[in-house]
Amino acid sequence: MSRQDFDRRSSQGDRLLSVDGLNVEFAVPGGTIRALRDVSISVETGETLGIAGESGSGKSTLALAIVRYLDSNARVPSGEIRFKGRDLLGMSRRELQSLRGNEIAHVAQNASRALNPSLTIGEQIKETVELHQDVSGNAAAMERVYEVLHQVNIPDPEGMVDRYPNELSGGQQQRALIAVGLSCNPELLILDEPTTGLDVTTQAKLLDLIEELKAEYDVGIVLITHNLGVIAQIADRVNILYAGEMMEKGTVREVFEEPANPYTQALLATTPELDKNKELRAIPGQIPELGSIPDGCIFADRCAFATEECRSGDIDVETVSPTHQTRCRRWETAVADPIETGTATRRSSTPGDVILSIENLVKHYDEGAFLRNLLGDHQPVRAVRDVSLTIREGETVGLVGESGCGKSTLGRTLLRLHDPTTGRITFRGTDLASMSKAQRREFRSECQIIFQDPEASLNPRKTVNEIVPRPLRLFTDLDEPAREERVEELLDQVNLSLDLKTKFPHELSGGQQQRVAIARAFAANPSLVVLDEPVSSLDVSVQASILNLLSELREEYNTSYLLISHDMGVIESVCDRLAIMYLGKIVERGTLEDVFEPPYHPYTRSLLSSIPSLDPDDDTDRIRLEGDVPSARTPPSGCSFHTRCPQKIGEVCEAEEPPLEAVDGTGGDGEAAHCVSCHLDREEMSRPLDDI
Amino acid sequence: MMATEDTTSTFGGIEIPDIVRRLLTNRKVAISLAVLIPIVIVTALGETIAPHDSLTTDVANRYAGPGGTYPLGTDNLGRDLLSRVIVGGQSSLLLGFGATGVSLALGVPIGLIAGYAKGRIDEVLMRLMDIVMSVPVLLLGVLILVALPSNIFNVIVAVGAVFIPRIARVTRSATLSVSEEPYVLAAKARGESTTHILFKEILPNVTAPIIIEGSIRVGYAILVGTSLSFLGLGTGPPHADWGYMIATARLHIYQTPWFLLWPSLALLVTIMSTNVLGDGLRDVLDPRATEDNL
Repeated sequence: MSRQDFDRRSSQGDRLLSVDGLNVEFAVPGGTIRALRDVSISVETGETLGIAGESGSGKSTLALAIVRYLDSNARVPSGEIRFKGRDLLGMSRRELQSLRGNEIAHVAQNASRALNPSLTIGEQIKETVELHQDVSGNAAAMERVYEVLHQVNIPDPEGMVDRYPNELSGGQQQRALIAVGLSCNPELLILDEPTTGLDVTTQAKLLDLIEELKAEYDVGIVLITHNLGVIAQIADRVNILYAGEMMEKGTVREVFEEPANPYTQALLATTPELDKNKELRAIPGQIPELGSIPDGCIFADRCAFATEECRSGDIDVETVSPTHQTRCRRWETAVADPIETGTATRRSSTPGDVILSIENLVKHYDEGAFLRNLLGDHQPVRAVRDVSLTIREGETVGLVGESGCGKSTLGRTLLRLHDPTTGRITFRGTDLASMSKAQRREFRSECQIIFQDPEASLNPRKTVNEIVPRPLRLFTDLDEPAREERVEELLDQVNLSLDLKTKFPHELSGGQQQRVAIARAFAANPSLVVLDEPVSSLDVSVQASILNLLSELREEYNTSYLLISHDMGVIESVCDRLAIMYLGKIVERGTLEDVFEPPYHPYTRSLLSSIPSLDPDDDTDRIRLEGDVPSARTPPSGCSFHTRCPQKIGEVCEAEEPPLEAVDGTGGDGEAAHCVSCHLDREEMSRPLDDI
Repeated sequence: MMATEDTTSTFGGIEIPDIVRRLLTNRKVAISLAVLIPIVIVTALGETIAPHDSLTTDVANRYAGPGGTYPLGTDNLGRDLLSRVIVGGQSSLLLGFGATGVSLALGVPIGLIAGYAKGRIDEVLMRLMDIVMSVPVLLLGVLILVALPSNIFNVIVAVGAVFIPRIARVTRSATLSVSEEPYVLAAKARGESTTHILFKEILPNVTAPIIIEGSIRVGYAILVGTSLSFLGLGTGPPHADWGYMIATARLHIYQTPWFLLWPSLALLVTIMSTNVLGDGLRDVLDPRATEDNL
C-alpha cells in the first residue's frame, strides 16, 4: 500500500484495527506488573505490521489483549482497542466469541502445543468452521477444511485431515494452525512467533505463505517475532516494543535504514548477519522487571546515548517523519551518530596438531528389541552415517544443518556420551575405544560440552558454588582455598558477579545460566569444547554477549570448539571451518570462505539463501526446498538430498552416492580442502542463483 | 514472569529453612504432622506413660466403659484399653516405618540403576520386581511368618521386601526422565563416576516422588502388619497389638463396643494421617505443582 493510501485511510478513521494508549496491568502477589504502557498500533487491510522486541517486551501480551484473551489477573486501566470502528474492550462475552476466530484469528505461539494432540487436523479446523460459519452438513464443512488446507499449501490435504498433530513436522503443524486461523476468512490475522523454533528452510517457506495470504485474501496481519530479519523481509511497517513501551514505529524501510531509537539500533547491532563480517554488539544489562517503573526513559539504563535528562519526566513520542515516530529525547543524536557495527577482524588461526579425529563414524539409534529385529520389520534411526572429521588445536569447526540431521548426535557420540555403532574416534592419537582408565580420565578432563538449554544443563538442586568447582575436584588436586580462588577467577572471566555464587540455577536469567555452564566447562582448562546450539534458546541481545565471551575464552585458553548450530549467522561470527550435514552425512566442508562462496553444494546454497536478511531491499532470489527432511530410518538412496534438490540431474542422483571430493582444484582431500559431495560439476555448483 | 523469590530461601546456600517453611505452611502437611508426631511420641514412650500396665488384668472391671480409673475402659480380661492402645501401637509403627525403610534402602538403588542403565540391566531388574510384585502382599507375609519365627523383625523384612518393587518402579520412572537431562549428560561428559551421577546428580532430583510413595507405603505397611496380627501371625498374646486387639474385640462386640472402637480409631487416624502427609508432600515437593502456585 502506498503512503498516500495509508494517510487517506487513517484520516477516514475506519482502520481495520487501532489500539490507542493501551495500558495492561497484571496483579501479582506483592504488587502490579505494568506490562503495557501507552501502546498504540494500527493495522490496515492488506498490510503486515511487524512487532519486535526482546522477550519480556510485552509482544504476546499485546496480541492477547487485542483478542481479549488475557489472564484473569489482568486489567486494562486505560486505552482503547477498535476493530473496524467497534470498541473491543466494551464487547460482551457473546460478541467477542463471534468475533474471535471469525473476524480476528489469533495464531498462538508454539504450534505443537497450540494444537490439540487428541483431535485430528481435520476435526480441529472443522470445529472452528462449524462454530462460526453457517455451513449445512458435514460435507460442506469438510469442503471448507480442504480449501483452507490448500490455502496454506499443506501437501496432500486429503491425507492430512485424518492425521494427528504429532504425525506432522514442525512446519506442517504451523501451517495447520494457520489453517485453523484462516478457516473463517478472518479480516485480521495475528501471528505470534510463527517461525520460532523452525529451521531456516521451513521458515523461508512459511514467510512466503504469509506474503501470499496477505496478497490473496485481503487480510491485515499482525506479525509478532523477535527475529528482525523476518520483519525486514515481510512486514510493511514495524513497531519496536521494549519493556511494555513502544520505542519506535515506522515503515520497515525507515526503521531499518535509519533507526531513530537507540534500542532499535542496539537490536540491529546485536543481530548476526550473513556475509557482513559484523562485530556483534551485545546490549548491556537486562530487560527490567515491571513492578515499579522508573522515572524517565525505560531503556536509559542500557542505552548508549542516555544522559541525565533521560532519567526524568515522561518521554514523549517524537516525529521523525509523517510515518516514522520514536520515543526518545535524543533521537537526533542517535540518527546523526548511530551505534556502529564495526567489522570483526577475522582471526587468522594457525591450527596446531590434530586433537580429535573421527573416521567413518556411524551411529544408529533405537535398534529395536530382540524380538522385533527377529521379525525383521524394524529400521533403526540412522542418525550419523559414515562421517569423518578432524579438529585441530585452537580451531573452531562449525557443524550446520536442519534439525534432525544428526548434528547433536555426532557431537555427543564423539564425546562418547553415546557409544558409536561403528567407526573410530581418536583423541590425540589414541583410540577412544581402547583407552585405559587413566587415559579416559584425561580425555574427560580435556573435552567438555555446553548445551542448548542452559537451565537444564545445571543441576537444579545445586548452587553455582557447587556446580562450577566440580571439574576442579575431579581433575585437579587443588585444595579448598585454591579451588575457591579459581572459581572466583572463572566467574570473573565469564562476567558473573560473585554474589551469584550462592544462587540456584532457577534464580538466574538464561544468559547467566549459560555463563555458569561455560565457567564449569572451562574450569579444568579443556582443550576441546562441544557447543551444542549454545545460544539458540537465548534472546538476541544475550546471544551476542555469549558469542563474544566464547571467542574471548577461546583465545585465552587456546581451546578448540565444535560449534553445532542451525544458525548460519552464529556460525559465521565464530567458526574457522565448517561442515554442512544432511541426514547424517557431511555434504560439504571447508573453510568459512570456501563454504560461503561458490561452488556450493545445492543444500548449502539453499540454507544460505533461506536466511532472511536485515536489509528490506534485499530481494535476491531464494531457493525453497521442497518438503521436509526425510525420515532417518529410511534415508533416500543414492545422494540422500535428491528428493529435495533444486539442481537434481537425474537418475544418477538416485542411484549413486556422490563421494565427498575436493572442488578447489588442489586435488587434496585434507581437512582444510573444500570438499563437496555432489554429482554436479564445478561449474554447475557455481552457477548464479537466478539461473536455477 | 516475575522471579518471586524469597529472600530467606538461600541463606548461605542452605535451602532447608525454606523447604521447612514451605512444608509447614501446607495445610495437609501441617495437620497430618500435628496428628502423627504426637502419635509417634506417645507410642514410642509406651509403657513409661501408660497409666496402667498393659498386661495386668482386673477381672472385677471387665468390659468397663470409659471413665474412672480406666479412661477408655477395659477389655474382656479387664486390661486398661488406653494403655493397650498406646503400647499396641509400637509394633504397628515400628512395622510401618521399618518396612518402608527396608523397601527404600533396596528399592531406590534398584530403581536408580535400572532407570540410568536402561537396556538389559533395566529389563532384568524390572522383571524381577514384577515377579515379587505379583505375589499378594498378605500371602507373602503369611508364608514368611509361617516359615520363620513370628517376631516383629521378620514381619518388617517380609513386608518391606514386598514393597521394594513399588519404590523401585517410582524411582525408575523418575530416573528415566532425569537421566536424559543435559546436566546428567554434562556430568557424564565431565567423567563423574556412576555412583556420583546416581546419588549426587540424579537422586536429589527424584526425591519428591520417592518421599511421596514412601509416606503412602508407611500407611500400607501398618495396615498389612495389623492384618497379619489380626490373622494371628503377629507378636501374639498376651502382648498388645492393634491388629490382635481388633481380632479379639470382634468377639466381644456385644459386651463392649469400646474395645473395638479404640484400636480401630488409632489405626484409622494413623493411616489417614500418613496418607494425607503423602498428599501434602506431593503438593510441596513436586516442582511443577509449586510453580503453578506462584
